[in-house]
Amino acid sequence: MSTLVYLESSENKIKKGGIEALCYAREVAKAKNSSLIVFCIGTIENLESLSNYGAEKILHLKSGIDACNNSAISSAIAQAAKESSCNLVILSNSANGKSIGPRLSIKMDASFIGNVVNIPSFEEKLSVKKKSFSGKAFEFTESSSDDCILALSPNSFSITEETSSISIEDFKFDVPSSNVNSVNIEKSTGKISLAEAEIVVSAGRGLKGPENWNMIEELAEILDAGTACSKPVSDIGWRPHSEHVGQTGKAIAPNLYIAIGISGAIQHLAGVNSSKVMVAINTDPEAPFFKAADYGIVGDAFEVVPRLIKEFKAFKQNN
Amino acid sequence: MNILVCISNVPDTTSKINFIENGTIFDTNGIQFIINPYDEFGLTKAIKLREQHGGKVTVLNVGTNQSDPTLRKALAIGADEAVRINIHPTDSFSVSNEIANHIKSNNYDLIIMGRESIDYNGGAVPGMLAELLGYSFVNATIGLNIKDSEAEVIREIEGGKEHVKTQLPLIVAGQKGIVEESDLLIPNMRGIMSARSKPLNVEDSTCNDSKTRSISFEKPDQKSQCKMIDSGNESELITLLHNEAKVI
Repeated sequence: MSTLVYLESSENKIKKGGIEALCYAREVAKAKNSSLIVFCIGTIENLESLSNYGAEKILHLKSGIDACNNSAISSAIAQAAKESSCNLVILSNSANGKSIGPRLSIKMDASFIGNVVNIPSFEEKLSVKKKSFSGKAFEFTESSSDDCILALSPNSFSITEETSSISIEDFKFDVPSSNVNSVNIEKSTGKISLAEAEIVVSAGRGLKGPENWNMIEELAEILDAGTACSKPVSDIGWRPHSEHVGQTGKAIAPNLYIAIGISGAIQHLAGVNSSKVMVAINTDPEAPFFKAADYGIVGDAFEVVPRLIKEFKAFKQNN
Repeated sequence: MNILVCISNVPDTTSKINFIENGTIFDTNGIQFIINPYDEFGLTKAIKLREQHGGKVTVLNVGTNQSDPTLRKALAIGADEAVRINIHPTDSFSVSNEIANHIKSNNYDLIIMGRESIDYNGGAVPGMLAELLGYSFVNATIGLNIKDSEAEVIREIEGGKEHVKTQLPLIVAGQKGIVEESDLLIPNMRGIMSARSKPLNVEDSTCNDSKTRSISFEKPDQKSQCKMIDSGNESELITLLHNEAKVI
């Protein structure tokens, strides 16, 4: 049986999470000793570039399906998996993936394991490591079915290149009429999506008021970073809910997380401790964040951040 | 309008997570259990919809009698009745089937759930349930308006939000935004008193199938000690991030 990966795209471009899922699926297919089929939906620019990531056979459903139509997308994936004899389907555990994977598992009578972070083992049964307890633990989960859907936690598997020759095949699917229809999309302008950001600059109540976020945004811009905030800051309305990272907000896993004026409560750390490197800046030397961070500066954000902006600017000019 | 709110009974957000029996079982010793925060937003939303449209709010949990205090709290907040399907929940597939079977023999227009539970974070039950019932499903819901059988839903997407239109019956998986944190209802004395006499019906399990099994748990590696840099010496931080951590 083969392995199928669903390559998520947005606005005609392959998403970073899609490439991560592809690289992950390529390695899973090797471990399983199975061939890999890439499935994608809608107009996608530069599909040929997938030959840099080890894709070989690509099934392409050219007519698009609205992302909110999770029923039709999962039907299309199920049909593709069936026609190409795949019993393992891999996708990104992105916002859309979270709506698609569980539906797909019921359609395929397969198990569903989300938030996975490593290559499964295939001894007798498939078992795999996943995030659990909102980042406070990992869980090893076993699938009791041979048919399985794995949803890869974003920023958990490195993108690695592998050259291949690809063949692209048209995939035929009659898109059913939808019960869920998109009316309009409001984009937060010019911001880097938190889910895909490599660097995140985050700030808390230590900033004293929403008017002081200019320096956070400036620092983020220099670093091409996303901006985030702590729960109290989003609760009092200084920043939008979409920026709240932590146990009851978004869980993120950037390469670098810079926490400014955030004490580091256990609920906050749960959402960010998958970051590869964490920097804490706080006036309080006893702030719990210093126990979790890799680098720390005890100091006033209003003095430290402007100096950081100056130093990062100089660094960017020289590198 | 009949609304079903599905509730998970989860460890309080401040809990330290530990495991016993060789890392195979979550240590509930000293842990306080609460309504899953994402579900709590949904419960308040359901009560507000009942104020607008009339009808009934039922809360449902798949779990043992250890969930009863959490269900009583939901009744104290304002749900009309509670249902507990009496089985220890093991995986998303079995839980979805239990809930689907309950819904099939009852009549609900709207099902509100949290987008995930903060313990096992499967986030799979809403989608599985939608597929089992053939209902429309909107995930990561941050806004919901119902007019007759039409629903206008706002969902969070990466880098923005999307307005969608759909029909009842509907399953929404909510998060903060479906109501604001400051609007969350909390139990008052009258609610707590009346919760004691509201029905909490215990139903038998109807599904004995599961698709996944939890084998063991581990905790993330402890970070090595934090390297402190003097305030005023920010250039050193940048050197370390570049040369040592190699993240810029």
